[in-house]
Amino acid sequence: MFDDLRDLYQEVILDHGKKPRNFRCPENATCLAHGNNPICGDTLVIYITLDGDERITDAAFQGEGCAISVASASMMTEILKGKTRAEAKTLFEGFHDMCTKDDFDVSQLAGCDEDAIERLVMLSGVKEFPIRVKCATLAWHTMQAAVEGDEEISTE
Amino acid sequence: MSMDLSQPVISSGDNSTSAYDLERIRADFPILKQEVYGKPLVYLDNGASAQKPRQVIDAMSDVFENYYSNVHRGVHWTSQRSTEAFEAAREKVQVFINAASVNEVIFTRGATESINLVAATWGRKNLKAGDEVILSHMEHHSNIVPWQLLRDEIGIELKIAPIDKGGNFLLDAFEALLSDKTKLVAVTHVSNALGTVVPVADVIRLAHEKGALVLLDGCQAVPHAVVDVQALDVDFYVFSGHKLYGPTGIGVLWGREDLLNAMPPYQGGGDMISSVTFEKTTFMKTPHRFEAGTPAIAEAIGLGVAVDYVSGIGLENISAHEQGILQYATEKLSAIKGLTIIGTAKEKASIISFSVDGIHPHDIGTFVDRAGVAVRVGHHCAQPVMEFYGVAATARASFGLYNTRDEVDVLADALEQTKEFFA
Repeated sequence: MFDDLRDLYQEVILDHGKKPRNFRCPENATCLAHGNNPICGDTLVIYITLDGDERITDAAFQGEGCAISVASASMMTEILKGKTRAEAKTLFEGFHDMCTKDDFDVSQLAGCDEDAIERLVMLSGVKEFPIRVKCATLAWHTMQAAVEGDEEISTE
Repeated sequence: MSMDLSQPVISSGDNSTSAYDLERIRADFPILKQEVYGKPLVYLDNGASAQKPRQVIDAMSDVFENYYSNVHRGVHWTSQRSTEAFEAAREKVQVFINAASVNEVIFTRGATESINLVAATWGRKNLKAGDEVILSHMEHHSNIVPWQLLRDEIGIELKIAPIDKGGNFLLDAFEALLSDKTKLVAVTHVSNALGTVVPVADVIRLAHEKGALVLLDGCQAVPHAVVDVQALDVDFYVFSGHKLYGPTGIGVLWGREDLLNAMPPYQGGGDMISSVTFEKTTFMKTPHRFEAGTPAIAEAIGLGVAVDYVSGIGLENISAHEQGILQYATEKLSAIKGLTIIGTAKEKASIISFSVDGIHPHDIGTFVDRAGVAVRVGHHCAQPVMEFYGVAATARASFGLYNTRDEVDVLADALEQTKEFFA
């Protein structure tokens, strides 16, 4: 019955959903943002530690959400470590397009971390479930707000 | 035995629905033949919006195909016919809720607008800083936010009547909140998130003893049981058409005629005035005073037919059927390990909110959808009650007059399989 849901709910995603990585509040975070999805009540806080305003040395999160939003946040925190703000922004925009645009071309992300792209492509399975796209992108929207100094973000 | 919404009695959940022709009722709803992902649609989201019977769909098509026109102004054949049908719908609603006069039935866009109307007109005119309005902890946002707007504007105080862990309305605690400052009690008749039937007869009696008026949000009550506004002795009663098997964009504000005629207009425009000069305008009496502009004509007529439809089956029979389904579903879902029913009040309408250990409601919603089952997931526009239970969201199955025990089985089976997937 759930065969076609396997494309979205892959083992890796289920694992991150159940055992989220970097699920903590780092004391030395340099920026944070609250993200919420008012339609469904998901809430996240994303903590980013920037080294000299440019490179992300730590990323973590706390909050509550569905398997997809928690997995997305968890995987994002792993991906972000060591990336510059510019790289994070490129990945965010690429992931957003991946989840929403039919004509997305992965070459848009040429030069980015291959492992990161692979994980994002996996999560972009939400494209087939339009109502769930916000679940997958909430963490990334919130991260973007955090590094740009906005403390509140909501995806609607 | 039916659920008597005017009395705080415990319903027995009687299963004797043999006279209830479920097959024939289901045949009236074209959408129930729909398949989703190759499986029959199991529609358990009636609390959000109910499906429409053929009779309502046909009546609305009939308006547009045969006699549509604006109402209350034309001398021509179509306008007269439309006006007659529109006003006949008002009379049907009057009978449906046993209003004393047809003038007490105001058509609005829905319950939300009905509450906003009372807040903006009765509230602004009669409330002043320091006056108190009592809500309950399980209100829908539509019965919270209009009063907060008024609080911010004129400085009224909002008091919240508490519930217990089961979701029962605590009458003693409510009584303790009442004072000479209480001017209005605005509470739900049946909770959309928990299914709790509020003991409104007692609420109204106690409020009136203190001289306060009572507004009931009847959205989740009118589809499930007989509502008699005179027997309730309530002051304002609101509901939406679309949860009563009627169309969207139409709802009802019922109020006592003397109260309504003492209220200022809500919006200004055509259809609500006696005369207009640039110096002075005089307004019509209720209901037209509150119906500025061209109304939702086909929708009102559709609502009238929906009222005919449920009255034809009989609210007592619908209530008995749904209570049987509620009891069956409560037993069936309770048997699922890790599933917790949120809202276990002594008297409930056919609404079951629940959570499943380790699986977020959104994931539940996506999974049971693949089994053809439509349930609501989220906060149900009732965040304060979600907060009370310490959850951000629940899944909710809400049953209507066409739902079957087999459909409950489909839901239960889909939930078991979802659990296996996440195990």
